[in-house]
Amino acid sequence: MNDARKSAIEARNLTKRFGGVPAVEKLSVDCAPGEVFGFVGPDGAGKTTIMRLLAAVMAPDEGSIAIEGLDAIAEPERVRSHVSYMPQRFGLYEDLTVDENIEFFAELFGINRHDRDERATRLLAASGMTPFRKRRAGQLSGGMKQKLGLTCSLVHAPKVLLLDEPTAGVDPVSRRDFWRILYGLRGEGVAIVVATSYLDEAERCNRLGLLRDGRMLYCDTPPALKSLMPGQILAIASRDARRARDAVAGRVGVKGAILMGDSVHVVVDDAALRASQLQAALTSADVPVDEIERIAPSIEDLFVSLLTEG
Amino acid sequence: MNLRRIKAIAKKEIIQVLRDPRSLMVVLLMPLMQMALLGYGVNLDIEHVSICVFDREGSQQSEALLKAFQASLYFRIVETERDYEGVKRAIDAGRCKMAVVIPPDFSQDLASENSASVQAILDATDDNTANIALGYAQAVVGSFSANVQVQRTQSLGQPPPVAPAVAQYRVWFNEDLVSRDFIIPGVVALVLALVGAQLTSLTISREWERGTMEVLVSTPVTRMELMTGKILPYFFIGLLDAALCLVIAVFWFETPFRGAVSTLFVTTSLFLLVVLGLGYFISASIRSQIGASQIALVVTLLPTTLLSGFAFPIDQMPPAIQALTFLVPARYYFFILKSVFLKGSALGDLIAPIAFLALYATIIGLLAARAFRKTLG
Amino acid sequence: MTANGELRIVADRLVKRFGDFVAVNEVSFEARRGEIMGFLGPNGAGKSTTIRILCGLLRPSGGKAEVAGLDVARYPERVRENIGYMSQKFSLYSDLSVMENLRFFGGVYGVKGARLKERLDFAVDMAALKGREDALVADLSGGWKQRLALGCAVLHEPAILFLDEPTSGVDPASRRRFWDLIYALAGAGVCVVITTHYMDEAEYCNRIALINGGRLAALGSPSELKRSAIRGEILLVEGDDPGAMLEALEGAPAARDVAPFGSSLHILVDDAARDTPALEARLKERGLGWSRIEPIKPTLEDVFVQLVGGDGARGPR
Repeated sequence: MNDARKSAIEARNLTKRFGGVPAVEKLSVDCAPGEVFGFVGPDGAGKTTIMRLLAAVMAPDEGSIAIEGLDAIAEPERVRSHVSYMPQRFGLYEDLTVDENIEFFAELFGINRHDRDERATRLLAASGMTPFRKRRAGQLSGGMKQKLGLTCSLVHAPKVLLLDEPTAGVDPVSRRDFWRILYGLRGEGVAIVVATSYLDEAERCNRLGLLRDGRMLYCDTPPALKSLMPGQILAIASRDARRARDAVAGRVGVKGAILMGDSVHVVVDDAALRASQLQAALTSADVPVDEIERIAPSIEDLFVSLLTEG
Repeated sequence: MNLRRIKAIAKKEIIQVLRDPRSLMVVLLMPLMQMALLGYGVNLDIEHVSICVFDREGSQQSEALLKAFQASLYFRIVETERDYEGVKRAIDAGRCKMAVVIPPDFSQDLASENSASVQAILDATDDNTANIALGYAQAVVGSFSANVQVQRTQSLGQPPPVAPAVAQYRVWFNEDLVSRDFIIPGVVALVLALVGAQLTSLTISREWERGTMEVLVSTPVTRMELMTGKILPYFFIGLLDAALCLVIAVFWFETPFRGAVSTLFVTTSLFLLVVLGLGYFISASIRSQIGASQIALVVTLLPTTLLSGFAFPIDQMPPAIQALTFLVPARYYFFILKSVFLKGSALGDLIAPIAFLALYATIIGLLAARAFRKTLG
Repeated sequence: MTANGELRIVADRLVKRFGDFVAVNEVSFEARRGEIMGFLGPNGAGKSTTIRILCGLLRPSGGKAEVAGLDVARYPERVRENIGYMSQKFSLYSDLSVMENLRFFGGVYGVKGARLKERLDFAVDMAALKGREDALVADLSGGWKQRLALGCAVLHEPAILFLDEPTSGVDPASRRRFWDLIYALAGAGVCVVITTHYMDEAEYCNRIALINGGRLAALGSPSELKRSAIRGEILLVEGDDPGAMLEALEGAPAARDVAPFGSSLHILVDDAARDTPALEARLKERGLGWSRIEPIKPTLEDVFVQLVGGDGARGPR
């Protein structure tokens, strides 16, 4: 840990049980100012529970949480002004307009009018929502609702931002706008924790925590995690992907072959070596091949490889 | 408590009520509907009972008796029958509730100083009405009878008889014994109890259901600020509704109002705090809107109608139930309303019920404040 | 059954209006036997509405659709005999057991007797739930439920299978196993249509229909879309200060769109070879260093943003 950057969030050995079953077990995580940390895992892995614990809206059974140096378990109310929590269903007040929603949250945090106007204008412009300020929140599209939720969360300039599945089902353009804003926050030193089951969203984080059944099994940057993966991946693009897969599966050096739409992703021990061998095998099996190239493993590959289900 | 946050919560709540058609209906339409339905629909007085008559004699005397029935406000002759079959059919078909049958030797018996009898046949499936109708019928016949006596003594040249003892009665406070004047204050209490609890019963559970509460609890707002900010708008709406009901009661239904508006204001405010607090408590304890709304309805509607003294007098109830009514806040408010409307009571006369209401407001307030927790799970 | 033995679904300028709102706006496509077709788009784009029309659950306001050779507007009941449907979050009865669920759906689809027994065995095998037939569904984890739900949807051997967000929230390993099953079914001739808002899931499909705002924005295989839909190339830029680089490059004339991606940036340019030096120069101007600038293959998200956002120009969304 870099001592010069004090952690904005420090959680140690967090445990939370529901009816005896642990939803989160002995979880420890740090997030520094300006860092985007991602919790990745399927439904039921414990993502929402962790976010609620970090937001101090739920008390852990064991463990400690320090936010900006304050003990969040002993004094949850003291950390509230530093933290912004956007839950999975950030319910906006649908009958209130965009501006009224923002004003409501700003008032709760005691932000004065001038600061509120300045920040709101900036954030709404970045979201492309300036023409919609007088529109009722219930009439916004899914993507705009999420962006409004983010604006409401940021109007009081928190030091810590907790986002639970913030872009689930949102259109890609809004998602980009959303992440652009998050990136801007990094420059301001805000610590951002995101929980997501979107694997490609996980790629955008600085560091990832891979979760399964309440336990964090791996925690590192995406490149570092990918280097943990044994083997390399070749993508074979073919018009008859099924036959291509059958032709390469089980060959020497091939650890696995999966169909992906119109190509086959083959996990091999040595890409350079095996590429030409597989090409030859496919040609002799009379399978049409458009291209064979090495590709970088995706987070999904990572997940499957590191966390194979029993 | 931070005034700014309370203001923000209250402002948001008001905007939501004004823009939500369902809340507006509860606030505006429900009181009007209740007042109309109960004011007009519930009438404990019985007038214009439909009767059919079967005059078996057709003499001057029998026709005079029938005229007495016709003149009476309490009866309305709808059919004249010619035989018992007709009478039976009329009652079975429900065309009349009572049949008056005058026997063939009516005038003979009258003249001969035997007592003449008149037969009344009643549809007793609604035995309340039947009993009352019978009473009226007896009154009509009794008065006819007295007239006959007077005529007889006059024709014999004697002074008219004087009845040995007559009960003179005076009705205090509701001289016309118009039941509606007694009912309307009850309706006001009912309306406020229902509306008040319904409005607040939804406020917390709606936020949980929509997901906005999860964010609210992560903000600096405290439990007390949240409760105050949320109840305040509904308090003013409740007072507005009370004023609306008062205006309808006095100017439309012409219920006499002999008390002071200020007395009404103070006592109504107290009652509102109780019902709003009750609704809030329910909302904080139950996270589903539908559940909270139903429980609020049951907890307010049933006790207020059955146990507040509105539909059934409390002192006619079995002692155990009477004891139960002490737990019903509407009982005290109903009593206060009746007293203020019909007796013109002032605050000083109502210390006991006011004290009970104040006690309730405090207890409910504490329970409500504690029921809402700023943590999940 | 089908006039043209190969085509299982034909949609011709399908329209669905709800009052003033046009949920599906002239969507046309075809799907063949044994093909896996993906409807990709954000929530509210019209994917589920289109599927419901194809399942005979909604009448189209305009246009025509034929499923298994039957007009969905005229013969919705018969259409439903030929299709299997798996809804999001699986529509299983959590208080019933695995076998009870299977039998229920078997009954609903009219599968009886010896055929039912055979299909029940097939489904249990496919879901790898042998030995766990009496387990309550509530006790199964996401991946198992998903496979069971698939089994329930194919008991009557439908020619066409509709899957609505089938792997939402399921762990990646289960998702892979599930897709193996889908491929097996497609291999046996079933026409599979899935809807998803996960860009990476769409990569599993043979062909993808990009749906946005009720319209079909693009139609083609994943590779086709990546090749033809992107006008230009995507550069990957990595460096120490992605935030500063983002700001620096956003204004660059050669950069048509700049998107942050983890610790790197994806930049859309017309021509990688030609434009890279211009970007490098700009970074140098600001005193920013970089460790990598190289062209990469576009993702489906890049395709989508291009087609729908138009060069990163931001309209209200």
